[in-house]
Amino acid sequence: MKHLQPINRKARLLAARTDERSGARALADIPFGCSTQLDPGWEVDSQGGTYGLCTPVERDLYDCYHTCYWPAQVPDALTNFPKWSNSCGAAAQDWAKIDLVFP
Amino acid sequence: MNYSASPFHRFESDGASFVYAGRSAAIVALDAASSAVLEHFTRPGGADLDAWTASIRAHADATALREAFGELVSVGLLGPTGEVPAAAETLPPMPFPVSTLVLNVTNKCNLSCTYCYEYGQDKITDVGAKKAPRMSLETATKSIELLFAESAGQREVSVTFFGGETLLNFDVIRGAVEHAEARARESRKRVSFALTTNATLLTDEIIAFLAAHRFGVNVSIDGARADQDRHRVFQSGKGSYDVVVPRILKLLAAMPRAKDGGRPVGARVTLTKGLADVVETFRHLTQDLSFESVGFAPVTSAEDREWALVASGATAGGDMGRVLEGFRALAKDYVAAALRNESHGFSNLNDLLGELHRGTNKAHPCGAGLGLLGVSTEGELGLCHRFVESDAHALGDLEHGIDQEKRARFLHSVHVSKKIACHDCFARPHCSGGCYHEAYVRYQDATQPNLHYCDWVRAWTALGLDCYAEIARKNPAFLERFEESGDRARHERATTETTA
Repeated sequence: MKHLQPINRKARLLAARTDERSGARALADIPFGCSTQLDPGWEVDSQGGTYGLCTPVERDLYDCYHTCYWPAQVPDALTNFPKWSNSCGAAAQDWAKIDLVFP
Repeated sequence: MNYSASPFHRFESDGASFVYAGRSAAIVALDAASSAVLEHFTRPGGADLDAWTASIRAHADATALREAFGELVSVGLLGPTGEVPAAAETLPPMPFPVSTLVLNVTNKCNLSCTYCYEYGQDKITDVGAKKAPRMSLETATKSIELLFAESAGQREVSVTFFGGETLLNFDVIRGAVEHAEARARESRKRVSFALTTNATLLTDEIIAFLAAHRFGVNVSIDGARADQDRHRVFQSGKGSYDVVVPRILKLLAAMPRAKDGGRPVGARVTLTKGLADVVETFRHLTQDLSFESVGFAPVTSAEDREWALVASGATAGGDMGRVLEGFRALAKDYVAAALRNESHGFSNLNDLLGELHRGTNKAHPCGAGLGLLGVSTEGELGLCHRFVESDAHALGDLEHGIDQEKRARFLHSVHVSKKIACHDCFARPHCSGGCYHEAYVRYQDATQPNLHYCDWVRAWTALGLDCYAEIARKNPAFLERFEESGDRARHERATTETTA
């Protein structure tokens, strides 16, 4: 890294990982759309459930709002409702706290 | 797409600018480019990436700014606005190996310290349930068997004796140690021992035993005579200072010193309302009594307790503010010693610097229920020694083994991803919501984050970062001592608590 000097061990680990990559591959750090994500939809996690997966069924609705905005019937996160999901820290537990919005 | 900064703490040291990243626990120094980019994206809702890219196109440093952006993303300082913190809700593969067992060898004590959670208002044992006052050798032996069976691939296991006053049941401690050492030889594991005591019952025979088996010993002591005798009293109300000091001096003389490879005998000071002068207490314990390590445990359980420190307004006056000022003075001495390559006995800061150095990023605040379990005098298993007699928090017993389902359920319920209030806090990696027992006493719910001391934890973390940065710049070689494995550090944390 050129512009951040790693000071502790964790920073050195992250820096080494970043420096291993070529410039083009470093872009993979920045998610631009669904193509950088794996949406399996059917496997199970180590607990035999689904909510430990990267995008479990519990988060279908949520995913269209956050990770990759898709014009489903969800509030638009980019301009009008940036705080819609603030009450939902852990989707599997808090999904019911996400409320309706009335534009 | 908007990008914004995740929680961080920015601080200056010697004219250089540093950032502690609250997602990754990385500490980095900024240059002009990374500083400018971080500032641009640090605003409510973040800033639009495309607009920023367009705006810097004509800038002479456009390449540097773009590089800095990528680097800030890779250390977790910048990310898409609103992205849920990446802390996975899943647990490590269960059953997680148990490497530390805390044996409550007795729930009786020959002192009647007024602030003790084991007896006072903070007791969480189910009312009416009469528990055996002492652990039997059979129960202790069965506990050791459980530890060896549940430690799976761990090569090092540790047994901590806790109470009550542990030395009221010394015979069982001796029997358990002999059994554990025999099992360790058979299974080619290493076993270590730790014990917390109020020092009133130390004899030459016990001291020789503790030294021979290389015990990590923690002595609960509140400082000079007036401070010790304020709360740490016998049932008659008589203070314990004059009883413990000659015994402590004998203990310190007999135990191997840290410089000879021994584990330092620690003093644990409980800080309560009307607290002593932290700096003077430290001086008394390290210089007059020659302890090599002193740790302070502020009591913040609930403000209606007459002994509890008042945490509100923690950084500006109040009891906790005074604690912080004392810690700040000790930290200054610690850094001065570190720059001379010398150890300093302020163990709270030593522990914090170790975590900051390794970039510890915890999903759970401590090892309770994870690598550490407590055993009650009757052989019930609990999250830790503080919960062992609470039926609501029992995790099985020696007869039926660990209740793995309940254990996993509890660990899920206290995962930091569930503590929404913690998500915007830069101190999350090392605090992770704080002690389950304190949360239970304060909010009657062990899964709650300890919101009553957030300000204080942030101020303390910031102080640790100031110290860390200064040492990292002026004498980085000193920090090599913190390169030990996280397991060791966790183990040490689990075994350095004030006696019940």
